[in-house]
Amino acid sequence: MAPRHTARLAQALILAAFLGLAALLATTTAEHLAQRGIRSGFDFLLEPAGFALGESLLAFEPEDSTLRAFAAGLANTLRVALPGVGLALAVGILTGFARMGDNPLLRGLASAAIDVFRNVPLLLQLLAWYFILTDLLPAADAALRLGPGVYLSKSGLALPWWGEQGFETPEIAGFGIEGGARLTPEYLAMLLGLVLYSAAYIAETLRAAVEALPPGQRLAALAMGMTPRQAFLLVLLPQAWRAALPPVTSQLLNLFKNASLAVAIGYPDLVSVAGTSLNQTGRAIECLSIVIAVYLLLSLAAAALSRHLEARNLRGGHE
Amino acid sequence: MYRLAPSPSARARIGAVAIAALACLASPAHAGKTLDGIKSRGQLACGVSTGVIGFAAADSQGQWRGLDVDVCRALAAAVLGDANKVRWVPLSAQQRFTALQSGEVDILSRNTTWSLTRDAALGLHFAGVTYYDGQGFMVAKKSKVSSAKQLKNAEICVQSGTTTEKNMSDYFRAQGIKVKPVVFDKFEPSIKAFFSGRCQAYTTDASALAFIRAKEAPNPDDYTVLPEIISKEPLAPAVRRGDDEWFAIVKWTVNALIEAEELGITQARVDGLKASPDPAIQRFLGVGEDLGKSLGLDRDWAARAVKAVGNYGEIFNRNVGADSPLKLPRGLNALWNKGGILYAQPLR
Repeated sequence: MAPRHTARLAQALILAAFLGLAALLATTTAEHLAQRGIRSGFDFLLEPAGFALGESLLAFEPEDSTLRAFAAGLANTLRVALPGVGLALAVGILTGFARMGDNPLLRGLASAAIDVFRNVPLLLQLLAWYFILTDLLPAADAALRLGPGVYLSKSGLALPWWGEQGFETPEIAGFGIEGGARLTPEYLAMLLGLVLYSAAYIAETLRAAVEALPPGQRLAALAMGMTPRQAFLLVLLPQAWRAALPPVTSQLLNLFKNASLAVAIGYPDLVSVAGTSLNQTGRAIECLSIVIAVYLLLSLAAAALSRHLEARNLRGGHE
Repeated sequence: MYRLAPSPSARARIGAVAIAALACLASPAHAGKTLDGIKSRGQLACGVSTGVIGFAAADSQGQWRGLDVDVCRALAAAVLGDANKVRWVPLSAQQRFTALQSGEVDILSRNTTWSLTRDAALGLHFAGVTYYDGQGFMVAKKSKVSSAKQLKNAEICVQSGTTTEKNMSDYFRAQGIKVKPVVFDKFEPSIKAFFSGRCQAYTTDASALAFIRAKEAPNPDDYTVLPEIISKEPLAPAVRRGDDEWFAIVKWTVNALIEAEELGITQARVDGLKASPDPAIQRFLGVGEDLGKSLGLDRDWAARAVKAVGNYGEIFNRNVGADSPLKLPRGLNALWNKGGILYAQPLR
């Protein structure tokens, strides 16, 4: 047999052994659960959840199914992760530019911010942002008015938005602010924490990519009569960007996974919903495997997308 | 160019993973009875909470104290003859049932509510109620809320991992009121968020509310606990299914602590009462009949339990009642003949 075939055969055998082990693990677990009188299975997903969610992009009531609760949790995760990815990219690129720029003040500030946000554990940053927001902001009945219908208070940022009665302007009423849309302190702290943490890494990645270019590139561009700015934007950045893309996408993927820390500051994401369901039903393995499967699938999809982007980027070459 | 054949070291690693996976598949140990295991280890593995003052919390010397803790100490005294032979396993709300199911602990004595789903579907047995609790609400006095029914559209801080979220949702659905829970996985952020004014109310079991108001509030007088108790929370120790002998030992030790209060057997008097002419006291202390034998224990088991931690009334007063910082009234947790609902099945 050709060596290539041997390798294929070995791979097939390893794969078969792995799948066999996985199946054995699953059946043994199910058997042991049954032996110990522990109910298992995914039937609980269709039963009413029985608990409410503080905020949800997807309309959710306690009488809805647990499955819908998981979906609402996932929607909440995406609600913070997707804008987080866009903002982290924007803030990261701007910080990276500032870090590499000529202005010493900007450079110093960017460098200090990168050091702080990269070196403090994300969980601590999230808790710090959350308690800064909830401690410092005024109570809802004394909300800061930032503009017509825009209020900032302990219950979050209220904005005019389309609601049940058409376009609504938030008003101070009852326990807080009613009408329009509201971004809770939990959401704002999550977004802020995730964006700044990831942006610091992206800025450093970008700087590393630019500084890794051979110095001749910049010198040649300057010799051609380009200004330093033109040399950076037209010659250095396009090359650096290609090198930076894989680590940057991996950082954005990390942002998505880090969103699972949300329950620490009371944001009802997928992990929070799974934790509550686990406690109501006692189905530990089931609830956790749903979370793992969702994160795995979404991460793999995102990784495939980023590989596609990288491939296109490489093909594109110099235009 | 990135697709490389697995290197020899990678192959070795795959092999190691496979062996580890096989090891995980080995059958659960059928070590026979839980009691035999405890005796051969010389230690009772007791699952407690990670820290609820009055129920289970380590003090400044690292000693575990509380009502749930004393149940385990009484059990260790009854079974092993020494209340200190306990290995404390602090468990989060999410971990607790798995720890019991998998055999990591022999008993779960961790302010856990006895409910149908848990009893029927989690492979465990509850061995008798040690504290009748109920869920309540705490609000800031300046909010001028005097009833839970005024909490329409309020945001309510709550710690996840309990029956609390569901009770709250049930209660407000029945009232036709909508509220917004803000759910935290840890205790500290949940109360910090409430005291910073993020939520208009905080909800948990009434016993814990008393503690939080007394010990965690910046100024206890600024906060008040609302009169509504919205749920029944009978807190009970639990054991794994499949070992009826051990279940009986735990059940009757809990019963014995309550019966001791009824019979007037206290920690201080337990030795002196051996001379008592009362047949019920004699039976309890193993002077006449040997009740321990049917449980697989010796005749002094109940006497040792009471000598170690006192009777139920003493345990209550020391940990959550009049002699404790919580100062909770006996309420439902008084004996049946003293206005409460504690009623021990007869030890005979």
